[in-house]
Amino acid sequence: MSYEIVARPHQQNFIDWAKDKPEVLVLSADLTNSCEVGKWRDTYPDRFFSMGMAEQNMMGFAAGLAREGFEPWLHTFSVFLYRRPLDQLQMSIAYPSLKVRLVGFLPGIMTPGGVTHQAIEDIAILRAIPNMTILEIGDATEAQSVLDVAHAVDGPVYIRMLRGEVSRIFLQDEPFILNKARILSTGTDITLLTSGIATEEALRAIPLIQARGVSVAHLHISTLKPFTDPTVVMALKSAQRGVITMENHSIIGGLGSAVAEVMAENGIGVPLQRIGLKDTYAHGASQKFLMSEYELDAAALIKRVEVAIGKSLNIQGAELQEQRSVSVHSSAKVEAL
Amino acid sequence: MGANEAAIEAIEKIARGIRQRVLAHSIANNGGYMSQACSSAELLATLYGGVLNFAPVHEPIDPPIFIGVPEIGVHTYKTGAQFHGEKGAQFDRLISSPAHYALVIYAALIETGRLREDGLEHFNRDGSTVEMIGAEHSPGFETTTGSLAQALSQAGGIALARKIRNEAGRTWVFMSDGEFQEGQTYEALQAAKFHGLNQLRVTVDVNMNQCDGPMDTVMRIEPLEDRIKAFGWDVSVLDGHDIPAILAAAEKVTENPHMLLCYTDPVRGLPILAERIPTLHYLRFTGADERAKYQKAYQEMSK
Repeated sequence: MSYEIVARPHQQNFIDWAKDKPEVLVLSADLTNSCEVGKWRDTYPDRFFSMGMAEQNMMGFAAGLAREGFEPWLHTFSVFLYRRPLDQLQMSIAYPSLKVRLVGFLPGIMTPGGVTHQAIEDIAILRAIPNMTILEIGDATEAQSVLDVAHAVDGPVYIRMLRGEVSRIFLQDEPFILNKARILSTGTDITLLTSGIATEEALRAIPLIQARGVSVAHLHISTLKPFTDPTVVMALKSAQRGVITMENHSIIGGLGSAVAEVMAENGIGVPLQRIGLKDTYAHGASQKFLMSEYELDAAALIKRVEVAIGKSLNIQGAELQEQRSVSVHSSAKVEAL
Repeated sequence: MGANEAAIEAIEKIARGIRQRVLAHSIANNGGYMSQACSSAELLATLYGGVLNFAPVHEPIDPPIFIGVPEIGVHTYKTGAQFHGEKGAQFDRLISSPAHYALVIYAALIETGRLREDGLEHFNRDGSTVEMIGAEHSPGFETTTGSLAQALSQAGGIALARKIRNEAGRTWVFMSDGEFQEGQTYEALQAAKFHGLNQLRVTVDVNMNQCDGPMDTVMRIEPLEDRIKAFGWDVSVLDGHDIPAILAAAEKVTENPHMLLCYTDPVRGLPILAERIPTLHYLRFTGADERAKYQKAYQEMSK
């Protein structure tokens, strides 16, 4: 299956969406074009505020603006939204539950920028913070329809955003819905929950797995917090051989941990396997290389399914759908990061 | 007596009241942030009693009980800014940064008729909003700034919002000098200048002491005036116990954000506190004898 590729899904969509919302502001920390808001700045110069490379202060300014009724949308790389300014994010924004939108780019291993640029534990950290809502984008449709979802939340929202060349996996008339999983297939042997770019990757392997007679329920998760969707509980309960999670994040504290908590709380007693970074930092290399190196890819998923059902599926690498890889030097990105 | 003299005398009375209330409270509770009251009494008295253009409150407000933390969709609680009167475009705002000055702020609110006199009886009591370290539900507090050096950035955001709306009121921040050891303070200074927030006003209680002792022994921040000027701010350096000087500096119209560096004496008005130098951050009596000495000092002060 090949998907429509959307170049810079956020860029024009966010401009159009913000047109009749004068309370929406953008605060940026010197990564404006890299976060697809350069054109937004030029369109609404009075609503755009450059805060420089000073994220701790940016959190405070955002808090003050939000207290006064504005809705600041902070745009920068994910790592810079929660690592250095975590105390400010917590005390200035999360505690008073202010309507600040944290749009974080380059989640997980999506950048050759290496450890300093790779947000591999953001969900773990932010999930522990009261009042936070955490959303993760899996395709162009979600990148565009997440705006309404975040806008409606009366509290801070963190968005793991995609940029550049992004596949459209979900129909445009099936928008992002808060705390609602997308059921991509139903089945009773394995329940697979994927998020972010792991969904597109998993879809490379699932038809082959199903063709070998394994019944897979596949859920795409785009709301990591709250994580109370009854659809998820039902799908977990129906898994007879095991549950697998797959995410572009550490296996600690993210989707895999959230699922483990739900399984334990509901007494769901099948094995859980978590695909993700196994409590390790990564390094600077291409997304494709890192997904293979750290076993975050379709081949890794097949192996886990084989473990769950206790036999080999004899799927050859050549059978897999070709992995879509965005060139590091794609013209849809302003720099190679 | 001229009108100006009467105003200054009224502020002096507020300052005396602040010291007395904090001392009485510290004696009764075997401790308190006493040196902060001694250093900032005139500064806070001048702000609350002569500078800040607040809407009036019709009678001193009873501190509410604590009804819960803010939650998604639940913003029914009022912040402690209600003690500053209704908000309005023409009115000033005050964001207090060093939340451990809470007792001093509460005393200032009582002295200016905004908090009920018995409000201090709720201080540090379970279930009360009159907390030891003020949070945004505490009287006189609008933000949660116990993790120091975050208020200036938040006030910057408030001032920026008010600038967007062309509001005439000024946004004031009360800071302590220790906060100039935190990097965020300098980020906020550069942003306030960059975004032209000339309605932002900061007063600093430069008492040159912090938790570990004299600031010069912990981490030097001088030359403070030069540092802040280098960020493009207008700076007034003054004696923080000189009420007319604070009044004059506060009314100065500037083209840039304006900072009042108020150098103060952390034992002013309570000389026996000097015996505790270099440890002034918190007054905890060594025993009944010391407490009795402070009781005597209180009686002197109240004459």
